[in-house]
Amino acid sequence: MKISRLFFTVLFLFAIWVLLTGSLRYDELITGLFVAVVVSLFTGPLFTRRGIYHLHPKRIWGKVVYLFVFMIELVKANVDVAKRVLSPSLPLNPGIVRVKTKLKEDMDKLWLANSITLTPGTMTLDIKGDELFIHWIDVKTSDVEEAGEVIKGAFERHLGGVQ
Amino acid sequence: MLSTILTYTGYVLLVIGCFFLVVSSLGILRMPDLYNRLQAGTKASTLGAMCTIMGVGFLHPEWWVKCFLLTLFILMTNPLSSSVLARASLRSGVKPYKLVVDECEEYYRKEKEEN
Repeated sequence: MKISRLFFTVLFLFAIWVLLTGSLRYDELITGLFVAVVVSLFTGPLFTRRGIYHLHPKRIWGKVVYLFVFMIELVKANVDVAKRVLSPSLPLNPGIVRVKTKLKEDMDKLWLANSITLTPGTMTLDIKGDELFIHWIDVKTSDVEEAGEVIKGAFERHLGGVQ
Repeated sequence: MLSTILTYTGYVLLVIGCFFLVVSSLGILRMPDLYNRLQAGTKASTLGAMCTIMGVGFLHPEWWVKCFLLTLFILMTNPLSSSVLARASLRSGVKPYKLVVDECEEYYRKEKEEN
């Protein structure tokens, strides 16, 4: 388990290094690998809990689909914010609601919380176990299930992948 | 031909990005309290910054990969930081503006009593 965590972190950091430097010269690659290994020795256990399990093809595909769904939602959210900010009456109906999530992985919860913050009218305030507290700019319902369906929508299904 | 298309796409993206950055700063000025301000600030500034950086990527294709990575980093860290700001102010007792429902207050009160 420890090796798998380390391996995943090294791979991830090394990929970022290669993309940032944008060169395939031996000396740069070796430096990058060295830095990646040193950094992941310190941060590996914090960075991921299940290691190379994240490289499961189904999970990666889920992330790709999710990114597209998410981009559309992000644009919608911005049009919504622009409308609210630019309208003279400033339409607001704010509240804090509670939502339950089925996701188990910390990383997945982070993605879910981030997407909620970036989708129309909602912002994550706090996470406690499997409950998320959400500031909603235009409250439609205070029921946990209904609010969950409206707020999380398709995100949770795409993020879940294989558990 | 291709470079013309790339250049114009880049300029259009820059303009869109600037528009959303203006909207986000207007939102910060107009909204009534911290939480609503964060809402407007986060969403609009995230897309604004992403569009601007992607626009630069289109104008200078040799920087494209770096620009793409930058947008991914912004996408991951910007909402996170605003969530943390909102959480910290909620816990330190900044009152939200005219809430319709508030499920959080009760929860925090219970937590305080337990400790």
